[in-house]
Amino acid sequence: MDIGLLAQYIMNGLMVGMMYALVAVGFTLFFGVLDIIQFSHGDVLTVGAFTALMTFLGVRAAGVGSGSILLLAMVIVAIFAVAALGMLIARYLVLPLRTAPALNTLLITLMLGTVLRESVRLFYPQGANPKPFPGLLPTNSINFGNFNLRLDNAIMLTAGTAVIVGVELLLNRTKLGLAIRAVAQDEETARTMGVNFTAIVLIAFAIGSALAAFAGIMNGLYYNEINFGMGLYLGIIGFAAAIIGGLGSIYGAILGGFLFAALQTIGTVALPFGSAYKDVFAFAVIIIFIAWRPTGLIQEKISERV
Amino acid sequence: MSRGLKTATVILAAVWLVAVVPADAKDKIKVGFIGPLTGGVSANGLGGRNSADLAVRLRNADAKAKYEYELVVLDDECKPNVAVQVATKMAAEKDIIAAATHYCSSTAIATVDVYHKFGLPVVVWGAVLPDITYRNKYAEVHRVNGTMINQNEANAELVTRLGYKTFAVIHDTTDYGKGHNEYFSAALAKLGGKIVGTFGVGADQQDFTAELTQIKALNPEVIYFGGLTPIGVRIRAQMDKLGIKAVFDGTSGIVSDAYIQGLGPLAEGTLAFREGAPVEKLPGGKVFMEKYTAQKYDNPPEAYGAFAYAAMDLILDSIEKVGPDRRKVIDDLAKVKNRDSIIGKITLDDHGQNTVSFITKYVVQDGKFVVWEDSEYASGKRKLPRQK
Repeated sequence: MDIGLLAQYIMNGLMVGMMYALVAVGFTLFFGVLDIIQFSHGDVLTVGAFTALMTFLGVRAAGVGSGSILLLAMVIVAIFAVAALGMLIARYLVLPLRTAPALNTLLITLMLGTVLRESVRLFYPQGANPKPFPGLLPTNSINFGNFNLRLDNAIMLTAGTAVIVGVELLLNRTKLGLAIRAVAQDEETARTMGVNFTAIVLIAFAIGSALAAFAGIMNGLYYNEINFGMGLYLGIIGFAAAIIGGLGSIYGAILGGFLFAALQTIGTVALPFGSAYKDVFAFAVIIIFIAWRPTGLIQEKISERV
Repeated sequence: MSRGLKTATVILAAVWLVAVVPADAKDKIKVGFIGPLTGGVSANGLGGRNSADLAVRLRNADAKAKYEYELVVLDDECKPNVAVQVATKMAAEKDIIAAATHYCSSTAIATVDVYHKFGLPVVVWGAVLPDITYRNKYAEVHRVNGTMINQNEANAELVTRLGYKTFAVIHDTTDYGKGHNEYFSAALAKLGGKIVGTFGVGADQQDFTAELTQIKALNPEVIYFGGLTPIGVRIRAQMDKLGIKAVFDGTSGIVSDAYIQGLGPLAEGTLAFREGAPVEKLPGGKVFMEKYTAQKYDNPPEAYGAFAYAAMDLILDSIEKVGPDRRKVIDDLAKVKNRDSIIGKITLDDHGQNTVSFITKYVVQDGKFVVWEDSEYASGKRKLPRQK
């Protein structure tokens, strides 16, 4: 295969993989602190993307023309709004169900996802239609044969990497991270050591949801189009990525995200008539992975106590 | 009760009867509408719903109408499994005499057997798959809009006439997209065009960069797209991201305001095709738009609104003529010939298919779907990508 073409496939895969990884990290973070699956996570991402779009329209209407200020405003508003949404979900839907069967949490978040998705559709003006998302990053591109490297893609990839590295540092190098890891390992012991359990859970949900908002904005900037249903698919893939990576492990989630993107790309490129079956192929491989390593590629350090 | 009070009661009752009965004289008749009211193509479904609703409202406002109509609306979500459920629900309710059904071909084809089994007369208002009317010979199933066969012949004819020789095909893997692929490929083969690659994609897929990178390597002059607006918007936007210079050649599935809103300036130069004339050129198009605007609906009628209106109007005409009886309505619809409607004369053939063969060619110019012949692309003032 042509080298330029190969580079293009890798670049496409990296961009998509980065988004999957950001979503998967959220899933794994929630599972880490509370042992729950937050199924509305994908739709939280949609809310983030639409919040960013509304911020863009609002700030631009106020007369700001500078692309970088607009982008900064979008990122800040969306991340804080969605972090707040995540905390509300944790405080009023997830934490009250701590003592109920896990199935209840799963169902309630699944339903919340539908509520969020349909709310965007109903309350955003003409929300059922795909919405154009502004391209605010510089679109200069360099061509190497068949490889078209765009500056905006490179910036997004760098920013995504920085965010993931930031979260990793936060978890492993700070006192807050220590508290989150403590809660993840053993809630009761963490409590007796003076960790404020509720606060830590809320912070974890805020971080995870903020990552989803970031992924949502990245999705909008990359495709220049957002729609109310975008989160559903990303949510399922993010969840699958978190599972094969090993729920509870940040590195696993990142690995899972990029692995899934790679599988989809391979499915399209290498299989005859592959493009129609790329998801069938990718999910089939995931099933095999799960059968082979039920606890994921990278296992949680502390396994479930019996 | 005293005698005086009794008399008063009787008089009051008599007055009440006189006052109420004439206003209630018309029988209430239920008619149905099914379309995608939620999900990616709900813009078209809502436009169709509003248009069918308009037909019912105008009929109810007509003093000469024999019955008072009530519209029962159900949502098929453009999903075949949901469609079968709602179709069964509607068909099983004996009060509903007839219905205007389905925008998505995948749902329309999935439900024909249901309507046949329950004997509910339906008029399809938007789905274009030929099989819906032609696979079986069901007396219950009719269609006011044309099929994708004519549409794709017109499409292949135009692009080859413009001098394009190499094509890549992207189609969604529903019955709708597969049908488009089949009929376009056949029409193109007859005219000597060459298809360098065919890609089936998911109907709600987000990322097309892998497919488009392959297409970029194949370097076709035209990318034909058989699918609906949401993924059409994504594919066109991602073509630009990958720096692909080719004509984006769509079908009736992308003729909607949502396509242009979703893409902005990138929509420029997109081709699309649709059966029948555009609303503003239809015999009753102007009146339809005036009446529609007067009702202050939240959504525009979109490309197939006029067909939904015509479908519902056809049903109401039949009920007025033969009464609220499913069997009689089916018999009456079989006889529709040269019937005037806002979409022009309607003639249903022995499969219940309206025999419109007129296809309108569109090109997006300055943020509007412009009829090809009226466009600056046809006059040579503007050029499509890689046009000689």
